[in-house]
Amino acid sequence: MTQSHRLYDGGRVDRSQPINFSFNGRRYTGYQGDTLASALLANGVMLVGRSFKYHRPRGIFSAGTEEPNALVQLERGPRTIANLLATRVPLYEGLDASSVNSWPSPNFDLMAINGLFHRLLPAGFYYKTFMWPVSGWKIYEHFIRRAAGLGRSPEEPDQDTYDKINAHADVVVVGAGPAGLAAARTAALSGARVILVDEQVELGGQLLSERFIIEGKPALEWVAEVEEELLANPNVTVLKHTTAFGYYDHNFICFLQNRADNVAFGAEGRTRQRVWRVRAKRVILATGAIERPLIYVDNDRPGCMLAGALRAYVNRYGVKPGTRHVIFTNNDDAYRTALDLKAAGADVACVIDIRPDPKGELVTRAHEAGIEVIENSAISGVLGSKRVKGVEVMALNEPGDSVTGRSRIVQCDTIGSSGGWNPVVHLHSHAGGKNVWRDSDGIFVPGETLQAEHTAGANHGNFSLQAALTDGIQAAQDAAKILGLKIKGKISAPAVGTDVIEEPWRLLWYIPTTAPTGQRGKHFLDPQNDVTAADVQLAAREGYRSVEHAKRYTTLGMATDQGKTGNIPGHAILASALGQTIPETGTTTFRPPYSPVTMGALAGRYVGEFFDPIRRTPMYEWHEQAGCLWEDVSQWKRPWYYPKDSESMRDAVNRECLAVRNNVGMLDATTLGKIDIQGPDAAEFLNRVYTNAWLKLAPGRCRYGLMLHEDGMVFDDGVTSCLGENHYLMTTTSGGAPNVLAWLEEWLQTEWPELKVYLTSVTEQYATLQLAGPNARALLSEFTSDIDLDNEAFPFMSWRDGTVGGIPARVFRISFTGEQSFEINVPASSGLSLWTDIMIAGEKYGITPFGTETMHVLRAEKGFIIVGQETDGTITPLDLGMNWIVSKAKPDFIGKRSLARADTARPDRKHLVGLRTIDPEVVLPEGAQLVAETRAKPPMDMIGHVTSSYYSAALGHSIALALVKNGRNRKGDTIYVPIDGTTTACEVVDPIFYDLEGERLNG
Amino acid sequence: MVDAYRLRSPLDHLGLTARAQAEAEYSGTGVVLSEIAHLCLINIRGDASDPAFIAAVEKSIKLTPPTAPNTVAGKPSQSRIMWLGPDEWLVITKPGRGERAMAELWKNLKDGKLHAAVTDSSEARTCIRIEGPRAREVLAKGCPIDLHPSAFGPGQSAQCIVAKCGVMLVQTAQAKDTAGTYELYVLRSFATYLWTWLEDASQEFGVRVA
Repeated sequence: MTQSHRLYDGGRVDRSQPINFSFNGRRYTGYQGDTLASALLANGVMLVGRSFKYHRPRGIFSAGTEEPNALVQLERGPRTIANLLATRVPLYEGLDASSVNSWPSPNFDLMAINGLFHRLLPAGFYYKTFMWPVSGWKIYEHFIRRAAGLGRSPEEPDQDTYDKINAHADVVVVGAGPAGLAAARTAALSGARVILVDEQVELGGQLLSERFIIEGKPALEWVAEVEEELLANPNVTVLKHTTAFGYYDHNFICFLQNRADNVAFGAEGRTRQRVWRVRAKRVILATGAIERPLIYVDNDRPGCMLAGALRAYVNRYGVKPGTRHVIFTNNDDAYRTALDLKAAGADVACVIDIRPDPKGELVTRAHEAGIEVIENSAISGVLGSKRVKGVEVMALNEPGDSVTGRSRIVQCDTIGSSGGWNPVVHLHSHAGGKNVWRDSDGIFVPGETLQAEHTAGANHGNFSLQAALTDGIQAAQDAAKILGLKIKGKISAPAVGTDVIEEPWRLLWYIPTTAPTGQRGKHFLDPQNDVTAADVQLAAREGYRSVEHAKRYTTLGMATDQGKTGNIPGHAILASALGQTIPETGTTTFRPPYSPVTMGALAGRYVGEFFDPIRRTPMYEWHEQAGCLWEDVSQWKRPWYYPKDSESMRDAVNRECLAVRNNVGMLDATTLGKIDIQGPDAAEFLNRVYTNAWLKLAPGRCRYGLMLHEDGMVFDDGVTSCLGENHYLMTTTSGGAPNVLAWLEEWLQTEWPELKVYLTSVTEQYATLQLAGPNARALLSEFTSDIDLDNEAFPFMSWRDGTVGGIPARVFRISFTGEQSFEINVPASSGLSLWTDIMIAGEKYGITPFGTETMHVLRAEKGFIIVGQETDGTITPLDLGMNWIVSKAKPDFIGKRSLARADTARPDRKHLVGLRTIDPEVVLPEGAQLVAETRAKPPMDMIGHVTSSYYSAALGHSIALALVKNGRNRKGDTIYVPIDGTTTACEVVDPIFYDLEGERLNG
Repeated sequence: MVDAYRLRSPLDHLGLTARAQAEAEYSGTGVVLSEIAHLCLINIRGDASDPAFIAAVEKSIKLTPPTAPNTVAGKPSQSRIMWLGPDEWLVITKPGRGERAMAELWKNLKDGKLHAAVTDSSEARTCIRIEGPRAREVLAKGCPIDLHPSAFGPGQSAQCIVAKCGVMLVQTAQAKDTAGTYELYVLRSFATYLWTWLEDASQEFGVRVA
């Protein structure tokens, strides 16, 4: 197919490199250097989609990030991307795009029937209609979602990878238009580390769309010189196709970089997109300006565009957007579009200017070029629905609030309107900057900032090229001065050959037609969300006086484009309806991101195997080869259980439990937290942080301790051993280790600085192998000759140094399983070797590796608590029945005072008890709620919940631990677990189910 | 002394020695990764304002504990001592030299009745070295601190995050161009994750194991 609207020459496209693509199933050809939008226009395709609510036909509106209409679904299957802007997608071979919001096609859309019922769909329609009855929402939501959906998310895993990078700079310059380039070049001459970032694929900003002259040459030659100079400087990083999307406190600024020209497929061997996290000493915002449209009736018809966009398509892409163009303006700048179109051989029907008597230099040139200028007039109607066919033009009255006289029809298919330009104040606003209203041209410019920030160029309200260049240099000089850097050489702005004096804009936010608002056609403010001037006026009449409320009520500016073109006119119309000035009404809040950021880029490489660190013990590979299933304990991977063949979890755990009870098993206990404590006040310190007494623990001995928070609630537990004079080793729970160390350091550093104690984490120094079971001693004795394992010589709750299997070891005689148990600590590097040797030597005993699940069952049989399972931050030692560990004699310990509070001391709090189901085979679900009396259906009075529940192979029945109100006084009572219509009865019993006297662990 | 064959560094299971031999011929890779296993690491706590403490450390290891934050004293080829906090240091020395250093420190600090702590952490961490012209860029993907030579040069250190893992980061050398050499002292349980992450992040620049 021929490119019917492509100019014979001109623009930055490469006509020697044709590119094939398809849109909505039809095949077209564009050129290297096109965007999807420019290639579509080159092929005469203007209609690209349907609007969100009324499904009105919509065309390409702009040439940049402000685009509200030309949203496309790019590619299919796992590569599909929703809601990309056709104006921002660089064309690539084979590109496959379709409209997002039309069915079956934008040309014939079944949902357009909504447009016929627009009087039933006013502002706040959803709020008004779907609020009653409440239960109806389930039905309405389904309907609304289907009717309103934009693009579709891929349903298969992302094929691409993404990453992030941190960067630091003296000066970050956002925007590589004239101001940004001048700023970056100047800053670089100071020796500063500079990052220049721009969202476009080429440097130059607005210059890419203009026919400007700098230093007697086309402006883009100057751009190329500056680029070359910047690239040659090792202190400068130039990032193209990269959007600064958020600006945060402390001059932290984030970019999204497209790392491949092909936005859908990326490039081989590297990530598709990258998030840059940049900390800058100074930031220069040279973000330019976005043209705002005039708000005339039916301004959404395909062919209604921004005047500057027409210029961009002609000058940059060598494309005539239409066959006959009308320019509608309140300013001189739009005359450039008329002149550039004319110069490119495009047909310009007329310029319609709302100003009574425009006389600027550009106006004069338009007259000279033979372009008709219709002054003091407005577009009072648009002909055509799927494409503009013409405009109705009428004279404006003096205040500009109505049209008068006879109308005239001008045939055309494309309208370029301009209501002036809005500085892109978004980033400045993200970081808390205020905006100031400038009455002379009706714009918000960046005001006071909270950051180390400068603004330059059009973003600073300096719209002429010469002013932008000068301003960019000034901003960089200011930044360098603050940073104490000297700029080498003399800097002056290059001379511009094309600047002319322009006359003021005429501010007319609403262009009247022959009937009151909304009674003849629609004045669109937000074409994507279908918000009109009438909607904003209705919101004002219904009492929405805050711009933030009016926004949410009407959805003005809430579409994917975030109102980049229509918000300021919309806020002005709201101000007018409220009888306020525009600064009194203000604007809605600008929030990051400036333009959409993919979720993949925010996740970066932290997906799949890199989602979170996996902590491995020295014996990890052995467990993996043994086929264990893993349990996540904070970031640790711990063996959960080791199923044999097709064994079920219950069978495997039963087998492991019986092996420990009857024979010998081995557990990898490396993950337990270990803190080395040294100093003359170490015992006193332990005495203050644990509830029991610590001053008399002798070297070689171990003691169990319970730690409370100030509120008296259990926080951690573990065994601490006295290693020598003023030297202890504390163990903590696996998950709690970092918190316990931080908690102890906090007390040492802030409350007890007088205590001479040093804490050092040694968790990772040792591999810990726990041998448990009646044959543990016999097996261990094969590996050591210098530790006397005899029960008298090495009693329960003591430790010995020596060698195990020729490896220096510290062996603790402690037990969490209730069996005779030795915890062997060896240097971590030797852990795997010793583990393997013991497993081989233990074969004759049938040694069984066991995991955390078996450990949990065995300790529950003994009624030993797990902090975080039996406790939840609301449980005292007394609640657990552990009065024996709370010293009455000590003057103080953390949490002591709280235990005396009336509520913590009352006798009928929740108590830890055991539960036995009447049916011994039923294993209660952990977390199940308990009741004393059942009723036919909820609500029932709950008296507690199950904290631990297992099948005990050793006992031949299920066991459970539970926290029950006044539980210790309910022993022997029957209580109930009602779940999903069934009720399980159980008896309240003592929480120790096995070996009450502790003969086994002492034996 | 435990037989060497029984010792497993945290990254042994990745077969790095074999890979280093196989990849020695690779040229033009932007990044070179290696594990420096079984270094002796001794954590010291004490009062830097007490001349007796400083003297006892000097006597034990012939190095003065630095008081300037985030610096390392000593030569990478020999023993070094890294500032970890106002009252905390890490002694880094070659395999085999640790027992003697540990004994000396213990004798001079603890037996001298000074309030100090000496703790062996050799087994707790391993060292991953990353070097090559793109090493800094790889680190920047996971580390928020400024590693530009003007901000972080040889002899400087930091306790920071690299790819969600807490590390002690040391720069040992900086060539005239962009090439720098860095050591990452990482807890052994995190080492496999960090190594795998670093190797993945290095892929686009070309990477080999040394």
